[in-house]
Amino acid sequence: MAIADLANPSRFLKLANRTIPWLGGLTVLVFAYGIDQAMLAPDDYQQGATVKIMFLHVPSAWLGMLGWGVMSVAALGTLVWRHPLADVAAKAAAPIGAAFTLLCLVTGSLWGRPEWGTYWVWDARLTSELVLLLLYLGVIALWRTVEDPSRAARAAAILTLVGAIDLPIIKFSVDWWNTLHQGSSVFRVGGSTIDPSILIPLFIMATAFTLLFFTLHLAAMRNEILRRRVRTLRLMQANAAS
Amino acid sequence: MNAANHMGFIVASYAATAAVVGVLIAWVTLDYRLQRRSLVDLETRGVTRRSAPARPERTIEQAKEEA
Repeated sequence: MAIADLANPSRFLKLANRTIPWLGGLTVLVFAYGIDQAMLAPDDYQQGATVKIMFLHVPSAWLGMLGWGVMSVAALGTLVWRHPLADVAAKAAAPIGAAFTLLCLVTGSLWGRPEWGTYWVWDARLTSELVLLLLYLGVIALWRTVEDPSRAARAAAILTLVGAIDLPIIKFSVDWWNTLHQGSSVFRVGGSTIDPSILIPLFIMATAFTLLFFTLHLAAMRNEILRRRVRTLRLMQANAAS
Repeated sequence: MNAANHMGFIVASYAATAAVVGVLIAWVTLDYRLQRRSLVDLETRGVTRRSAPARPERTIEQAKEEA
Protein backbone atom coordinates (compact mmCIF):
# COMPACT_ATOMS: atom_id res chain seq x y z
CA MET A 1 0.00 0.00 0.00
CA ALA A 2 1.41 3.38 -1.02
CA ILE A 3 1.67 6.17 1.56
CA ALA A 4 -0.69 8.26 -0.59
CA ASP A 5 -3.39 5.58 -0.19
CA LEU A 6 -3.43 6.29 3.55
CA ALA A 7 -4.75 9.76 2.75
CA ASN A 8 -8.11 8.04 2.48
CA PRO A 9 -9.48 7.90 6.07
CA SER A 10 -11.50 4.72 5.36
CA ARG A 11 -8.39 2.89 4.16
CA PHE A 12 -6.46 4.22 7.14
CA LEU A 13 -9.18 2.94 9.51
CA LYS A 14 -9.00 -0.54 7.95
CA LEU A 15 -5.22 -0.58 8.32
CA ALA A 16 -5.43 0.73 11.91
CA ASN A 17 -8.02 -1.91 12.87
CA ARG A 18 -5.71 -4.64 11.56
CA THR A 19 -2.50 -3.20 13.01
CA ILE A 20 -3.47 -2.05 16.53
CA PRO A 21 -3.98 -5.54 18.10
CA TRP A 22 -0.63 -6.81 16.74
CA LEU A 23 1.22 -3.67 17.72
CA GLY A 24 -0.38 -3.79 21.19
CA GLY A 25 0.62 -7.43 21.63
CA LEU A 26 4.20 -6.73 20.54
CA THR A 27 4.34 -3.76 22.95
CA VAL A 28 3.30 -5.97 25.89
CA LEU A 29 5.93 -8.60 25.01
CA VAL A 30 8.77 -6.07 24.64
CA PHE A 31 7.71 -4.33 27.87
CA ALA A 32 7.71 -7.65 29.76
CA TYR A 33 11.23 -8.42 28.49
CA GLY A 34 12.43 -4.86 29.09
CA ILE A 35 11.15 -4.69 32.69
CA ASP A 36 12.72 -8.09 33.37
CA GLN A 37 16.09 -6.91 32.01
CA ALA A 38 15.79 -3.58 33.87
CA MET A 39 15.20 -5.36 37.18
CA LEU A 40 18.15 -7.70 36.53
CA ALA A 41 20.50 -4.82 35.62
CA PRO A 42 23.20 -4.13 38.22
CA ASP A 43 23.13 -1.07 40.45
CA ASP A 44 25.23 1.86 39.32
CA TYR A 45 28.54 2.26 41.18
CA GLN A 46 27.67 5.87 42.07
CA GLN A 47 23.87 6.06 42.03
CA GLY A 48 23.09 2.63 43.40
CA ALA A 49 19.58 1.27 42.80
CA THR A 50 18.12 4.65 41.79
CA VAL A 51 19.58 4.04 38.33
CA LYS A 52 16.46 1.90 37.77
CA ILE A 53 14.51 5.17 37.44
CA MET A 54 16.57 5.87 34.31
CA PHE A 55 14.77 3.03 32.47
CA LEU A 56 11.56 5.10 32.75
CA HIS A 57 12.90 8.65 32.76
CA VAL A 58 15.07 8.54 29.63
CA PRO A 59 12.51 6.86 27.31
CA SER A 60 9.83 9.27 28.59
CA ALA A 61 12.08 12.22 27.77
CA TRP A 62 12.78 10.85 24.27
CA LEU A 63 9.08 10.23 23.60
CA GLY A 64 8.08 13.67 24.84
CA MET A 65 10.40 15.08 22.16
CA LEU A 66 9.39 12.46 19.56
CA GLY A 67 5.74 13.46 20.08
CA TRP A 68 6.52 17.07 19.23
CA GLY A 69 8.65 15.90 16.28
CA VAL A 70 5.70 13.88 14.94
CA MET A 71 3.46 16.93 15.41
CA SER A 72 5.97 19.15 13.58
CA VAL A 73 6.06 16.85 10.55
CA ALA A 74 2.26 16.68 10.67
CA ALA A 75 2.14 20.50 10.89
CA LEU A 76 4.09 20.67 7.63
CA GLY A 77 1.62 18.14 6.23
CA THR A 78 -1.24 20.45 7.21
CA LEU A 79 0.26 23.74 6.01
CA VAL A 80 2.32 22.65 2.97
CA TRP A 81 0.97 19.38 1.57
CA ARG A 82 -2.58 19.70 3.00
CA HIS A 83 -2.64 15.97 3.72
CA PRO A 84 -6.12 15.01 5.01
CA LEU A 85 -4.74 13.00 7.91
CA ALA A 86 -1.96 15.39 8.93
CA ASP A 87 -4.01 17.38 11.44
CA VAL A 88 -5.58 14.14 12.70
CA ALA A 89 -2.06 12.83 13.42
CA ALA A 90 -1.03 16.08 15.12
CA LYS A 91 -4.14 16.29 17.31
CA ALA A 92 -3.85 12.63 18.32
CA ALA A 93 -0.15 12.93 19.22
CA ALA A 94 -0.50 15.97 21.51
CA PRO A 95 -2.03 14.34 24.64
CA ILE A 96 0.30 11.34 24.33
CA GLY A 97 3.39 13.52 24.00
CA ALA A 98 2.18 15.66 26.91
CA ALA A 99 1.73 12.57 29.08
CA PHE A 100 5.27 11.36 28.38
CA THR A 101 6.71 14.83 29.01
CA LEU A 102 4.86 14.96 32.34
CA LEU A 103 6.21 11.50 33.14
CA CYS A 104 9.73 12.66 32.30
CA LEU A 105 9.39 15.59 34.73
CA VAL A 106 7.86 13.45 37.50
CA THR A 107 10.38 10.61 37.26
CA GLY A 108 13.18 13.18 36.92
CA SER A 109 12.08 14.85 40.16
CA LEU A 110 11.91 11.48 41.92
CA TRP A 111 15.41 10.69 40.65
CA GLY A 112 16.73 14.16 41.45
CA ARG A 113 15.76 14.12 45.13
CA PRO A 114 18.11 11.27 46.16
CA GLU A 115 20.86 12.27 43.68
CA TRP A 116 20.87 16.06 43.85
CA GLY A 117 19.06 16.60 47.16
CA THR A 118 16.21 18.48 45.48
CA TYR A 119 13.08 17.66 43.46
CA TRP A 120 13.43 20.69 41.21
CA VAL A 121 15.96 23.27 40.12
CA TRP A 122 15.51 25.94 37.46
CA ASP A 123 18.37 24.74 35.26
CA ALA A 124 18.23 24.87 31.47
CA ARG A 125 17.38 21.19 30.84
CA LEU A 126 14.56 21.02 33.39
CA THR A 127 13.14 24.41 32.44
CA SER A 128 13.17 23.69 28.68
CA GLU A 129 11.43 20.37 29.38
CA LEU A 130 8.78 22.21 31.43
CA VAL A 131 8.37 24.66 28.51
CA LEU A 132 7.71 21.64 26.25
CA LEU A 133 4.92 20.49 28.59
CA LEU A 134 3.41 24.00 28.56
CA LEU A 135 3.61 24.05 24.74
CA TYR A 136 1.74 20.73 24.62
CA LEU A 137 -0.95 22.11 26.93
CA GLY A 138 -1.17 25.24 24.77
CA VAL A 139 -1.72 23.23 21.57
CA ILE A 140 -4.32 21.01 23.27
CA ALA A 141 -6.13 24.14 24.54
CA LEU A 142 -6.00 25.64 21.04
CA TRP A 143 -7.59 22.54 19.52
CA ARG A 144 -10.37 22.74 22.11
CA THR A 145 -10.92 26.49 21.77
CA VAL A 146 -11.36 26.77 17.99
CA GLU A 147 -14.55 24.98 16.95
CA ASP A 148 -13.84 24.63 13.23
CA PRO A 149 -11.35 21.72 12.87
CA SER A 150 -9.61 23.10 9.78
CA ARG A 151 -9.03 26.54 11.35
CA ALA A 152 -7.89 24.88 14.59
CA ALA A 153 -5.52 22.67 12.58
CA ARG A 154 -3.82 25.63 10.87
CA ALA A 155 -3.45 27.58 14.13
CA ALA A 156 -2.13 24.51 15.97
CA ALA A 157 0.28 23.77 13.09
CA ILE A 158 1.81 27.26 13.30
CA LEU A 159 2.17 27.02 17.09
CA THR A 160 3.71 23.55 16.70
CA LEU A 161 6.34 24.74 14.20
CA VAL A 162 7.21 27.73 16.40
CA GLY A 163 7.41 25.45 19.44
CA ALA A 164 9.75 23.04 17.62
CA ILE A 165 12.58 25.44 18.44
CA ASP A 166 12.41 24.04 21.99
CA LEU A 167 13.58 20.58 20.81
CA PRO A 168 17.23 21.52 20.05
CA ILE A 169 17.22 23.69 23.17
CA ILE A 170 16.28 20.65 25.27
CA LYS A 171 18.83 18.43 23.53
CA PHE A 172 21.78 20.84 23.71
CA SER A 173 20.88 22.70 26.93
CA VAL A 174 23.37 20.58 28.87
CA ASP A 175 26.14 21.59 26.43
CA TRP A 176 25.23 25.27 26.05
CA TRP A 177 24.72 26.04 29.75
CA ASN A 178 26.17 24.90 33.03
CA THR A 179 23.40 22.65 34.36
CA LEU A 180 22.84 20.48 37.40
CA HIS A 181 21.42 17.90 34.99
CA GLN A 182 24.14 15.60 33.69
CA GLY A 183 25.46 15.93 30.14
CA SER A 184 24.59 13.59 27.26
CA SER A 185 25.59 10.03 28.09
CA VAL A 186 23.77 7.87 25.51
CA PHE A 187 23.99 9.60 22.12
CA ARG A 188 27.24 11.53 22.14
CA VAL A 189 30.37 11.92 20.06
CA GLY A 190 32.82 9.21 21.13
CA GLY A 191 30.10 6.74 22.13
CA SER A 192 27.96 6.16 25.16
CA THR A 193 29.48 6.46 28.63
CA ILE A 194 26.98 3.94 30.06
CA ASP A 195 28.06 0.35 30.70
CA PRO A 196 26.38 -2.19 28.34
CA SER A 197 24.86 -3.98 31.37
CA ILE A 198 22.68 -0.88 31.85
CA LEU A 199 22.64 0.48 28.29
CA ILE A 200 21.10 -2.65 26.72
CA PRO A 201 18.09 -2.78 29.12
CA LEU A 202 17.68 0.97 28.51
CA PHE A 203 17.42 0.41 24.74
CA ILE A 204 14.93 -2.45 25.25
CA MET A 205 12.77 -0.22 27.48
CA ALA A 206 13.08 2.63 24.96
CA THR A 207 11.88 0.26 22.21
CA ALA A 208 8.92 -0.81 24.38
CA PHE A 209 7.98 2.80 25.13
CA THR A 210 8.27 3.72 21.44
CA LEU A 211 6.01 0.82 20.45
CA LEU A 212 3.54 1.98 23.13
CA PHE A 213 3.67 5.52 21.74
CA PHE A 214 2.86 4.40 18.18
CA THR A 215 0.13 1.98 19.32
CA LEU A 216 -1.55 4.74 21.33
CA HIS A 217 -1.04 7.22 18.49
CA LEU A 218 -2.63 4.91 15.94
CA ALA A 219 -5.58 4.25 18.29
CA ALA A 220 -6.00 7.97 19.03
CA MET A 221 -5.92 8.76 15.27
CA ARG A 222 -8.62 6.15 14.71
CA ASN A 223 -10.72 7.78 17.45
CA GLU A 224 -10.22 11.23 15.93
CA ILE A 225 -11.37 10.05 12.49
CA LEU A 226 -14.48 8.50 14.07
CA ARG A 227 -15.10 11.70 16.11
CA ARG A 228 -15.05 13.74 12.88
CA ARG A 229 -17.49 11.33 11.25
CA VAL A 230 -19.82 11.69 14.23
CA ARG A 231 -19.49 15.48 14.00
CA THR A 232 -20.30 15.44 10.26
CA LEU A 233 -23.34 13.21 10.79
CA ARG A 234 -24.62 15.42 13.62
CA LEU A 235 -24.24 18.49 11.41
CA MET A 236 -26.13 16.69 8.63
CA GLN A 237 -28.83 15.70 11.09
CA ALA A 238 -29.14 19.27 12.40
CA ASN A 239 -29.18 20.60 8.85
CA ALA A 240 -31.92 18.18 7.83
CA ALA A 241 -34.00 19.06 10.89
CA SER A 242 -33.81 22.83 10.28
CA MET B 1 24.43 4.26 48.31
CA ASN B 2 21.82 2.41 50.34
CA ALA B 3 19.13 0.95 48.07
CA ALA B 4 16.62 0.58 50.91
CA ASN B 5 16.73 4.33 51.60
CA HIS B 6 15.75 5.12 48.04
CA MET B 7 13.31 2.29 47.36
CA GLY B 8 10.41 4.72 47.88
CA PHE B 9 11.62 6.92 44.99
CA ILE B 10 12.03 3.91 42.69
CA VAL B 11 8.60 2.48 43.56
CA ALA B 12 6.99 5.92 43.18
CA SER B 13 8.55 6.31 39.70
CA TYR B 14 7.26 2.94 38.50
CA ALA B 15 3.83 3.60 40.08
CA ALA B 16 3.59 7.03 38.40
CA THR B 17 4.55 5.48 35.05
CA ALA B 18 1.97 2.70 35.45
CA ALA B 19 -0.69 5.28 36.36
CA VAL B 20 0.05 7.56 33.38
CA VAL B 21 0.22 4.63 30.92
CA GLY B 22 -3.00 3.24 32.43
CA VAL B 23 -4.77 6.58 31.97
CA LEU B 24 -3.59 6.77 28.33
CA ILE B 25 -4.81 3.24 27.56
CA ALA B 26 -8.15 3.92 29.31
CA TRP B 27 -8.51 7.20 27.40
CA VAL B 28 -8.07 5.65 23.92
CA THR B 29 -10.21 2.61 24.80
CA LEU B 30 -13.14 4.54 26.31
CA ASP B 31 -13.00 7.21 23.60
CA TYR B 32 -13.12 4.49 20.91
CA ARG B 33 -16.19 2.92 22.52
CA LEU B 34 -17.86 6.34 22.84
CA GLN B 35 -17.29 7.24 19.18
CA ARG B 36 -18.41 3.78 17.96
CA ARG B 37 -21.57 4.02 20.07
CA SER B 38 -22.31 7.53 18.77
CA LEU B 39 -21.87 6.36 15.16
CA VAL B 40 -24.15 3.35 15.69
CA ASP B 41 -26.78 5.60 17.37
CA LEU B 42 -26.75 8.00 14.44
CA GLU B 43 -26.88 5.22 11.85
CA THR B 44 -29.81 3.48 13.57
CA ARG B 45 -31.64 6.83 13.39
CA GLY B 46 -31.03 6.78 9.64
CA VAL B 47 -28.29 9.40 9.56
CA THR B 48 -25.59 8.05 7.29
CA ARG B 49 -22.96 9.75 5.20
CA ARG B 50 -24.47 8.45 1.98
CA SER B 51 -28.13 9.29 2.79
CA ALA B 52 -29.68 12.42 1.38
CA PRO B 53 -30.81 15.01 3.90
CA ALA B 54 -34.54 15.07 4.71
CA ARG B 55 -34.83 18.56 3.25
CA PRO B 56 -32.57 19.70 0.42
CA GLU B 57 -29.84 21.99 1.64
CA ARG B 58 -30.19 25.60 0.55
CA THR B 59 -27.32 27.03 -1.38
CA ILE B 60 -25.86 30.40 -0.38
CA GLU B 61 -27.39 31.91 -3.55
CA GLN B 62 -30.87 30.54 -2.66
CA ALA B 63 -30.58 31.87 0.87
CA LYS B 64 -29.59 35.30 -0.49
CA GLU B 65 -32.52 35.30 -2.91
CA GLU B 66 -34.94 34.39 -0.12
CA ALA B 67 -33.50 37.09 2.08
